[in-house]
Amino acid sequence: MEPLLEARGIVKRYGHVYALREAAFSAYPGEVVALVGDNGAGKSTLVKTLSGALTPDAGEIRLEGTPLRLTGPLDAQRHGIETVYQDLALAPDLDAAANLYLGRELPRSGPLGMLGVLDRNEMRRRAVDTFGDLGIRLPDVAAPVRRLSGGQRQCVAVARAVVWASKVVFMDEPTAALGVVQRRQVLDLIRRVRDGGVTVVLISHNMPEVLAVADRVEVLRLGRRVARFTAADTSVEELVAAMTGGIEQEDAA
Amino acid sequence: MSTVREPATDETLEQDVPDGRWARLLRGNTLWTFLVLVVLAIGFSVAAPLAFATPFNVRNILADSSILLVLAIGMTYVIVSAGIDLSVGSVLVFSGVIAANVMVSMGGVTAGWGGIALGTLAGLAAGFAWGVLNGVLVTKARVPPLIATLGTLGMALGLAQVITGGSDVSRVPSRLSNLIGYGLALGQVPWLAIVAALITVVFALILAFTRFGRHTYATGSNAEAARRVGIAVDRHLIKVYALSGTLAGAAGVLSLARFSTTTIAGHAFDNLSAIAGVVIGGASLFGGVGTIAGTVIGVLIPGVLRNGLIILGAQRFWLDVAVGAVLVLAVMFDQVRRRARERE
Repeated sequence: MEPLLEARGIVKRYGHVYALREAAFSAYPGEVVALVGDNGAGKSTLVKTLSGALTPDAGEIRLEGTPLRLTGPLDAQRHGIETVYQDLALAPDLDAAANLYLGRELPRSGPLGMLGVLDRNEMRRRAVDTFGDLGIRLPDVAAPVRRLSGGQRQCVAVARAVVWASKVVFMDEPTAALGVVQRRQVLDLIRRVRDGGVTVVLISHNMPEVLAVADRVEVLRLGRRVARFTAADTSVEELVAAMTGGIEQEDAA
Repeated sequence: MSTVREPATDETLEQDVPDGRWARLLRGNTLWTFLVLVVLAIGFSVAAPLAFATPFNVRNILADSSILLVLAIGMTYVIVSAGIDLSVGSVLVFSGVIAANVMVSMGGVTAGWGGIALGTLAGLAAGFAWGVLNGVLVTKARVPPLIATLGTLGMALGLAQVITGGSDVSRVPSRLSNLIGYGLALGQVPWLAIVAALITVVFALILAFTRFGRHTYATGSNAEAARRVGIAVDRHLIKVYALSGTLAGAAGVLSLARFSTTTIAGHAFDNLSAIAGVVIGGASLFGGVGTIAGTVIGVLIPGVLRNGLIILGAQRFWLDVAVGAVLVLAVMFDQVRRRARERE
């Protein structure tokens, strides 16, 4: 099968420091692929490159086989690529529906819409549908996001990315600050997103979690891809070995 | 757009009807401050039935509060966007001076409506220009709003005095002061209050229902989040400060109408009064929270309090003590309720 999103030979340099040395990455349609690596392996830099936040110094990114030059995160969004940021990036004083449509508000039809009047009922209705479809339960969609729990907020952030992503969603440590129950909520949500046909790229430090939710795992070490695994056929020990230099697959880079 | 299709369960549908509009209203700030206003009004009506609750006195309160209300409307936008605008009083004076000079050159006391309109436009343009300068300083030059608008406060007032040589321009067209300044619509409602009410309604609707309003809340709530979803935060903030400046310009023209002179020395504390009104009305100085309805009540509470205390014969100096105490109490009360809500 052809990869949905593929990166080859990505180089990113800060002065004399190489964050990425000809890194490679591939994500296939409708899968959850985990990107793992030790601190400083280049995970975040690679994700920022793929989601348009950074411009690589060299290398090629292809989306569905076509070369892609991203000018910024908004450009990536136009190509159906969304990112869930580690620090949520929600407006805490707005409600869940407003956050879902933040920056992409639906105007009313007719002359009122031309004056910039928003269709709040339609946005709320669609938001409720979306949360329902994704199995996200909120005590009150009209409450400011500030009043939701950490897990619920993370779900809103994920939902926002999913609604607008037609191809790929990047999630940078989506469960880092969450408790056990909330963590399970978010992992269930990731599976649902995948089942809906959107590819999820998961960046995580938590190896058991990676093996529980991912279909495949790609390992970065010192700015290069050093190994690729099918989640069902690998173990935490093998992943850790790859991350720390114990295993290196010849064909991975 | 792609969403995952799966049958919604009963539990997920419940989120549609949570605890209702009334519960939200009770949790909100506006209802409580409105009750405070009602209690004050009833209290003064009982204490001074013949003086307080008369059409004459209500007209007084409305006319007195109108100009401050116009400033506070712009201030609400600025505070909701997590900024502050200390320059409004000076911009009011500067715009008033510009408007007055234009009107004087168009015939002064006997100027016609054309001259008055031209002067008004000049006043609005002057306010707009100061507002844009504030916005550019805050966003492009990265000067904190408190400092940027403190700077323009000094500059606008200083330039107003340079232009006038320090003495008030008083040859204001009598048509303007007779109609807008003292005139009553239908013989009952001050035109000044009607103009302020129109401005209030228009900007209340914009803040509550339009994309511009939504982006103002988003910017104040989390500017970085707004930026990431593609909202042009800097440009939006410049518009917000420009709005505040333009409304200060409008307030300058209204002030000309009411006092028939530029009152250069009379607006030193307008900025703080406007901020107090907005904060009593429930807005958060951290941004993201606040409504125009709240601001209207927040401006009227000190207005009613001052008026009532004067009628009851309180010494003038006590008025400032009372208004200051109300401001502090309002914020304290709001903090307590906020904390209670977080614990829920």
